[in-house]
Amino acid sequence: MSARDHILQRLRAAPQGQPPLPPDVPGFYAALGAALPASTRAERIDLFCDRMAFWHGEVVRVSRESWPNELRRLCAAKGVRSLLHGEQYSEVLTAAGIAGLKPYDRPIEEWKSELFENTDASLTSTRGGIAETGTLIVWPDASEPRLMSLVPPIHFALLDADQLYDNLFAAMSAQSWSGNLPSNALLVSGPSKTADIQVTLAYGAHGPKELVVLLLVDERD
Amino acid sequence: MSTQALKFVPASEFKERAALAVADEHLRRSFRGAMDFLIGKRAAQFPDLAAFERQRALAEHIRKYSLARLPDLLELLERRLTENGVQVHWAENGEQANRIIIDIARSHSTRLMVKGKSMVSEEIELNHAMAEAGMEALESDMGEYIVQLDGEKPSHIIMPAIHKTKQEISRLFAEKVPGAGYTESVDELIGIGRAVLREKFMIAEIGLSGVNFAVAETGTLCLVENEGNGRMCTTVPAVHIAVTGIEKVVEKLEHVPPLFGLLTRSATGQAITTYFNMISGPRKPGEKDGPREMHLVLVDNGRTQAYSDEQMRATLQCIRCGACMNHCPVYTRIGGHAYGTTYPGPIGEIISPHMMGLAATHVLPTASSLCGACGEVCPVRIPIPDLLIRLRGEAQHDARPGHAPLLGQGAAKSGLVDAIWSGWAALYTRPALYRAFGWLATRFRVLTPPLQSGWTVSRTPLKPAKRTLHEQMAARKT
Repeated sequence: MSARDHILQRLRAAPQGQPPLPPDVPGFYAALGAALPASTRAERIDLFCDRMAFWHGEVVRVSRESWPNELRRLCAAKGVRSLLHGEQYSEVLTAAGIAGLKPYDRPIEEWKSELFENTDASLTSTRGGIAETGTLIVWPDASEPRLMSLVPPIHFALLDADQLYDNLFAAMSAQSWSGNLPSNALLVSGPSKTADIQVTLAYGAHGPKELVVLLLVDERD
Repeated sequence: MSTQALKFVPASEFKERAALAVADEHLRRSFRGAMDFLIGKRAAQFPDLAAFERQRALAEHIRKYSLARLPDLLELLERRLTENGVQVHWAENGEQANRIIIDIARSHSTRLMVKGKSMVSEEIELNHAMAEAGMEALESDMGEYIVQLDGEKPSHIIMPAIHKTKQEISRLFAEKVPGAGYTESVDELIGIGRAVLREKFMIAEIGLSGVNFAVAETGTLCLVENEGNGRMCTTVPAVHIAVTGIEKVVEKLEHVPPLFGLLTRSATGQAITTYFNMISGPRKPGEKDGPREMHLVLVDNGRTQAYSDEQMRATLQCIRCGACMNHCPVYTRIGGHAYGTTYPGPIGEIISPHMMGLAATHVLPTASSLCGACGEVCPVRIPIPDLLIRLRGEAQHDARPGHAPLLGQGAAKSGLVDAIWSGWAALYTRPALYRAFGWLATRFRVLTPPLQSGWTVSRTPLKPAKRTLHEQMAARKT
């Protein structure tokens, strides 16, 4: 018998007792929600900004038209010489006159050392955000690969304020994650950090040292 | 300076090491300070006790439900992962798990494996097995990197280098990291680690990680971390191997948020970690990064023994937050190395006997004052004190009828103790004998020995009263 068979056999032979009913997770979050008035868009935005600031993430409110210009200004202010981006943004970023644009257009094996040693910043889209914890939902794909939000020292992330959810459960239900998860899905709350030396917090452990959220808001916000 | 041997040492020598640790002021200050800090941070996350109780009731329910369906969920997980392009392996013990990992590494002519934090890889002593096979396994979590650099083992499951001061780490880096100067700035020390490890992420053939939650319905492995080294290990190298205990599986993705929320709040008092990494498969055609090959190694290593007993099965509810050790008055005073096991503190005392057998570990369940703090803070409500008492008993007697013997069952059995209890039972079930004993003990009280084995090490000797309680009560009535 294989190790697999042995393990499964031992588990199946164990006394079972009364099996518990399936946990009612949606019911739990519904009860949490019912105990409070429903959050407004403005409250979700404020809470998100507050929590993201707590994680040392920077939030810049931008409009749908102005964000490429705002990004150019931020890149200049932070001394960014090269900006990695997905190909869908090539046109708008070029039009905004951002210098050192670098599309992620080749497999990592072909330019690993350039990515690690010679790329100052990256721009990625997000699928939304979570207000309760100040969290970005990042789903890498062929045009915005996994390492974009990890290797460059500065990560710029575009977040649509329409896509802010109260909590993780609300986000995964509304966007029906369980049916269509990509090969890698991420939640990102601030720049990389560690407290492994004498519980002293330090930023930029292995990933980005700075996280800048470009929050797309409307006139009503 | 620390006076302990900082290697894994036999758990059976626990008492000697605990005595040394208690006498080590420096070590006690390190742990006291760090544990108080973590206790405070956690408490701030749960201001509303009633809400906390509702959350942990749900979390306990999810874990119990998952365990009740464990064999089915493991098969479903295997099926989904296989569909997603992940190769699933099963290992009954550490030796088998290491062989599987080493075979994969050899098939890729591996020189270097970079590792994200994985307590299971510590449990199976993977680094040692890799070294024997002529390959390097490098820890990349900052705390794990520090303890590995100094030839040590982690002293805490969440904060591996908690026993070291900044100055010790400064000296260690200056001595062991080529090109690093002496600095006591934490930012600079982390910068040194970052630079060294980024080089390694680029050249490693294999990345290894643990798993925090494995979701059966979607075939997804979830990893919780702050640093980003876990993402590096699971994304940059061409091959990713994940290794996990069989108990980490849950049925649905919606079961993850309640557990994740309690895990980070209980562990470090954070509402969420920087990264929550959900991996459902290797690089797909057209994708430009991510591993080309992915493996999951499911490890038993004694877990099925705990599973086979309805009470001890609760041990497997654990989500490895470390809150029980942070709140344990014994752990706080002796630190993680004294236990001599991968998992220290209360959770280690109840899981290690299943992994290593009671012969080596029977003293561990006695390293508790049974104050109950571990059970009260446990986010999945494992009745740790009850399980400690149960294991103390199992170490003292043969298996009860209808129960299979545990590994090392009855290892602490003593003929003397058994004889004393038999004598005690004989006295207390025969009134005439009991009265005679009481009369003799009170009349000949001067003969009581002044040294009474372990009792008088830190207590005054026991001495019978001048008259028995029966006689005193009778005297009061008249």
